[in-house]
Amino acid sequence: MTAGYGNGPDIISSCSINVDRGEIVAILGPNGAGKSTVMKAMLGLLTLKSGSVILNGEDISKLSPQDRVKKGISFVPQTKNVFAELTVKENLEVGAFLREDNINRVIEEIYDLFPILKEKSSQIVGQLSGGQRQQVALGRALMIKPSVLMLDEPTAGVSPIVMDELFHHILRVKETNVGIIMVEQNAKQALSISDRGYVLVTGENKFEGSGEELLKDPEVRRSFLGG
Amino acid sequence: MELLNAIILLLNYTIIPALTYGSQLALGAIFVTLIYGVLRFANFATGDMMSFGTMFAVLLTYYFQSIGVGLGILPTALITLPFAIIAMIFYMLFIDRFVFRYYRVNKSAPVQLAMVSVGVMFVTQAIIRIIIGPFDRRFLDGEKFILKASEFKEMTGLNEGLTIKSTQAITVVITIILVSILFWFLNKTKTGTSMRAYSDNEDLALLSGIDPKKVVMLTWIIAGFLATIGGVLYGLDKSYKPFVYFNNMLPIFAAAIVGGIGNPFGAFLGGYVIAFAEIFITYAYKKFFTYLLPESLAPDTLVQLLSTDYKFAVSFSILVIVLLFRPSGIFEGKKI
Repeated sequence: MTAGYGNGPDIISSCSINVDRGEIVAILGPNGAGKSTVMKAMLGLLTLKSGSVILNGEDISKLSPQDRVKKGISFVPQTKNVFAELTVKENLEVGAFLREDNINRVIEEIYDLFPILKEKSSQIVGQLSGGQRQQVALGRALMIKPSVLMLDEPTAGVSPIVMDELFHHILRVKETNVGIIMVEQNAKQALSISDRGYVLVTGENKFEGSGEELLKDPEVRRSFLGG
Repeated sequence: MELLNAIILLLNYTIIPALTYGSQLALGAIFVTLIYGVLRFANFATGDMMSFGTMFAVLLTYYFQSIGVGLGILPTALITLPFAIIAMIFYMLFIDRFVFRYYRVNKSAPVQLAMVSVGVMFVTQAIIRIIIGPFDRRFLDGEKFILKASEFKEMTGLNEGLTIKSTQAITVVITIILVSILFWFLNKTKTGTSMRAYSDNEDLALLSGIDPKKVVMLTWIIAGFLATIGGVLYGLDKSYKPFVYFNNMLPIFAAAIVGGIGNPFGAFLGGYVIAFAEIFITYAYKKFFTYLLPESLAPDTLVQLLSTDYKFAVSFSILVIVLLFRPSGIFEGKKI
């Protein structure tokens, strides 16, 4: 994929990311490496100059973001990832906005995955704690039963305890056979739960490999993980 | 007996008129708050959009009267409502398509959109003057009173009469029905929830697959209902004079802000807060105290806090006080 904003320079060039169902992939890299841009390109928030986005064998590069959501690609933004003025249940309902069928079963599945949401189902999300909000955000994104779930820095600004809890939830989501792509700053923690990782530097794949490989790779450690 | 007389006096001259006026303001205030919540700008054309919708109702009322179609004891204007609403919605969607959409697509600042709405206000005013003129018109027909003062006096033997105008009853009943449907729609239906979601977090709404075009269109459609019905009810109760509608924008904005802008239920209650405040403060209590106090203490003056000429000062003062002390509105609660 090659893409950039407007007519400006390419932010990402010839970079390639793939994820299988039931797999967690971490995209790592220093600031300005184009991590978030990769996600936006996959979501269709900016147009590709070359390359393609393929989901379940189907080329979705030309579709609008809404249509991509319909095809099963779901996104949790870094900030403002919940509807703070709506209740937990309404958040889930809006997440399933594109579903025509009965959503109550899906809501029950989400409640099984995140039991706390069932307890708080009629509470306004703005009144929940940070960790609970992240669960609402994940739950909302899972309502369309996506094949790929993209998380933009899920651990940004949460405490270490909440981070552990969150990773635990992400692993549970993975077990439901969803492919997860995660952009992360906390490289070590992210790689510890990821199956594979990509390290982007100035918009290109610099390194890729399994979590362990990357953690052990001396060059990655030196340039990026801090020794 | 004296106490009863005093209560009836208050009911007749303050509480019932305030309930009616409050309902009319409430509809306008919900209109303001919806546009603000979803489209994110203060719509200064509110008063004149209400006037525009009412104009259709007035013209159609004259037409229906001329061909002899009526509702008997109810005002003819009620049959014209659906047509006036449709005309109003078309006008709003037309304005949105050719004026507001450009600024929305370019993501203009809210203040820029507000200024654009001032332009829409002037144009709408001009169109109204060309079509119907600036004069005061009454278009109420049918039975005027449900309860006349003289009948009430006969029935109860009290000195004070209680009058209930049919327009007052119609206003309150229609407002209750309309507002109940609106809140049911916003809170219980999928489309209503998607509107609230869009108002709360636009980007995430887009990511969830909510179509912004539909939300915007729906907002104008609801606004068309609120503007036309609010305007017609006000016109039936008082009279239809375009300039008065423009003036009403101050209490309507005050009501929306008192209720916490963006919060429809707050706007609904805010309408009554403003109406009751205006009427209670400008009412002359002389007769009321004459009933209650012994003769020696009876007041010589009118006991009126402010002349009715200053009723807009009341809304304005409330507006300023709320903005100073509770800028998010006096009612807690979720936004749309």
